Amino acid sequence: MSMDENNRPLSPHLQIYRWQLHMVMSILHRATGVALGLGTIFLTWWLMALAAGPSAYETFTTVASSMVGQIILFGFSYGLFYHLLNGIRHLYWDAGQGFEPATVRLTGQLIMVISFAATVGTWLAAYYLLGTL
Amino acid sequence: MAMQTKSGQSGAGDATKHWWTLRLTAVALVPLAVWFVASLVALAGADYPTMIAWVSNPFVTVLLLSMLVSLFYHLRLGLQEIVEDYVHARRAKIVLSVALTFGCFLLAMATIAAVLKIAIGS
Ligand code: HEM
Repeated sequence: MSMDENNRPLSPHLQIYRWQLHMVMSILHRATGVALGLGTIFLTWWLMALAAGPSAYETFTTVASSMVGQIILFGFSYGLFYHLLNGIRHLYWDAGQGFEPATVRLTGQLIMVISFAATVGTWLAAYYLLGTL
Repeated sequence: MAMQTKSGQSGAGDATKHWWTLRLTAVALVPLAVWFVASLVALAGADYPTMIAWVSNPFVTVLLLSMLVSLFYHLRLGLQEIVEDYVHARRAKIVLSVALTFGCFLLAMATIAAVLKIAIGS
């Protein structure tokens, strides 16, 4: 009886889960690419303000260091880490490597964890250096 | 001899070059983006003169310019790929591609001019 339950086929579940993670990650690569593209407007403002002079730069830093600015920058940094790490996985696939389902799942899960950890670590380091932490 | 497909895409030679250049810029962006984020963390809270001095450092200037060129080139090719996936009307595809190319070019020029102005002017 319990043997039977343990041996119940799990594969449909696992396949659906795997397919979902893979789908989500594939869409997220594209979404972060577009989001980072919009982020280049912010990057442009930063460099243009820096070139324009101290008062233009102060306007930029006021916005960038505001609550809303920090949340948006946090989002961009997550997008960059995710896109960068998953981009490396794409390049690895392009080289004909890492196609085994188990490897795809493992690298996918690693990227989900590391991209989040790297984002939080980056911001903790920045706030620590600022002395506000 | 540029071949035109039915949908107005360019021929196979261009597609291969597009594919390759998107990956080439991606490879360049890995170290450049990591360097950039690490630099911004180290510069957290830096005042105006410190930021200007940082951009004017010759090594920083070269790395920033390399990153900007790779980044906007990569973005332009990436967006092109998305347009080709979702937009099938020939006219809309061309108009959108041209607009996105001009947009990427304009932002690239703005950022490059800003970095050069800081680097040369101080
Ligand atoms: C930091 C290092 C980066 C790496 C390693 C990287 C890698 C990649 C790769 C391999 C692709 C092709 C994906 C595919 O085959 O579908 C890609 C697509 C793309 N990337 Fe990046 N990228 C990076 C940074 C960026 C940045 C900074 C931006 C925006 C400014 C960006 C925007 C895009 C866009 C819009 C696409 C097209 C997405 C798609 O076709 O679904 N990438 N990237």
